[in-house]
Amino acid sequence: MAKHKTPLLDQLESGPWPSFVSDIKQEIEHRYANPKGIDYQIPAECPDDLLGLLELSFVDGETHWKHGGIVGVFGYGGGVIGRYCDQPEKYPGVAHFHTVRVAQPSGMFYKTEFLRQLCDLWELRGSGLTNMHGATGDIVLLGTTTPQLEEIFFELTHKMNNDLGGSGSNLRTPACCLGESRCQYACYDSQELCYQLTQEYQDELHRPAFPYKFKFKFDGCSLGCVASIARSDMSFIGTWRDEIRVDQKTVAAYVGGEIAPNAGAYAGRDWGKFDIQAEVVDRCPSQCIRYEGGKLEINNKECVRCMHCICVMPRALKIGNDRGLSILVGAKAPILDGPQMGSLTIPFIKAEGDFSEIKEFVESVWDWWMEEGKNRERIGETLKRLGFARLLEVTGTAPDPRHVKEPRHNPYIFWKEEEVEGGWNKSIADYRAKHQR
Amino acid sequence: MALVYEEAKKTIVDFINSKAKNKSKFYFNDFTALFPEEKGRDVKKILTQMINEEVLVFWSSGSTSMYGLHGAGKHADGED
Repeated sequence: MAKHKTPLLDQLESGPWPSFVSDIKQEIEHRYANPKGIDYQIPAECPDDLLGLLELSFVDGETHWKHGGIVGVFGYGGGVIGRYCDQPEKYPGVAHFHTVRVAQPSGMFYKTEFLRQLCDLWELRGSGLTNMHGATGDIVLLGTTTPQLEEIFFELTHKMNNDLGGSGSNLRTPACCLGESRCQYACYDSQELCYQLTQEYQDELHRPAFPYKFKFKFDGCSLGCVASIARSDMSFIGTWRDEIRVDQKTVAAYVGGEIAPNAGAYAGRDWGKFDIQAEVVDRCPSQCIRYEGGKLEINNKECVRCMHCICVMPRALKIGNDRGLSILVGAKAPILDGPQMGSLTIPFIKAEGDFSEIKEFVESVWDWWMEEGKNRERIGETLKRLGFARLLEVTGTAPDPRHVKEPRHNPYIFWKEEEVEGGWNKSIADYRAKHQR
Repeated sequence: MALVYEEAKKTIVDFINSKAKNKSKFYFNDFTALFPEEKGRDVKKILTQMINEEVLVFWSSGSTSMYGLHGAGKHADGED
């Protein structure tokens, strides 16, 4: 039986959606009942006091968590987010309530054995409350005490072959979609690239050396299942540079009603007959599709890879064969300088072999940001402050029309002397020969 | 010029002590500024060694990380 009265939190349970309050109450009952006879290493009342403390915060209209402190296990500069309650006598179960971030497997594929181990570990050494998965993508284990941290780390690394994730001014745990493992749209092996970069940059993940946080996310295609374009400082989005493959016979089957469009997603109501003109051609953002005389034509030069047509008719249209990825830099949520989406920096790069070209780019960006970035400044803010041209310069990327986000927005181009034929020292006589004073 | 550990360590500790009146936690960039000729990664190696020797400790708010002398200022042990 819960020891705190929580009328304000109880009200949250009356809404239409599943409630975290109900979930925590379930765990409170479970911990007090302790059907498996577990020798809890942190107070059994932890979830109970958590709800009690939250109720108090609702009553007071302010938080009762203190901020900062413990950062991880010995030698690690991240992975654990220290939380301490400012009412420890009244709520002893949450005097310490540290969050442990655990690296999730690429594409979030689990064996049930691993999940059981994880739950057993967290029942014994934590609150029993988890968040699968946090906004970062990690497995988030909510609420434990300082003495348990090294024990949890030992179990994770030695028995479960896993590791802590990133927090603080570190490389955060990289996250990817499930890519080629299950998806026909994947333009590169997003799981492999995610894994390889995670392994390569272990030091950046565990020991802070950046001005602020840095996130990689990997989308196998532009449908963006992990929304890398908005959520990561460096976003890797699969694309192709040849042509969308079109099977005209199958297009005709869609038009004739033999195959349901959108894989049958709009079959539950009276959506009417499939209209290829309205649902595909007119929806193309760059207007590069034409359907005439029973033939679908795509002007691939103008295609912006939105993939809408492919999603509507996945059996008739397929991604191109010459595949790779685009790299975008600088997405972030608000805090300092307002939200930003990533800026396209590398329009196309192959994602093959040991990914050395990609790593070279990553490191050139980091070197610049580590040197020029101000404290608590995301790379997107450095980019905005010093200019996109500077990023191209430090990464050795040739300017490309695809870098232009808004044509004619800023017509001023600043040339450097070495970029101008003959430099600044031109003959005035030559000039006057053509131009009168 | 490559960093010599003991010299760099002394520079870092002296710097922290010189600021001890006002600050107990420092950003990574505060240390790279002490070694303008060196690459950030080399400075990081020195800091990591100092962490491993327990001269320095990490501090984090969850979003931002800082470094401080072991036992100085407000720290986890002092939170109990």
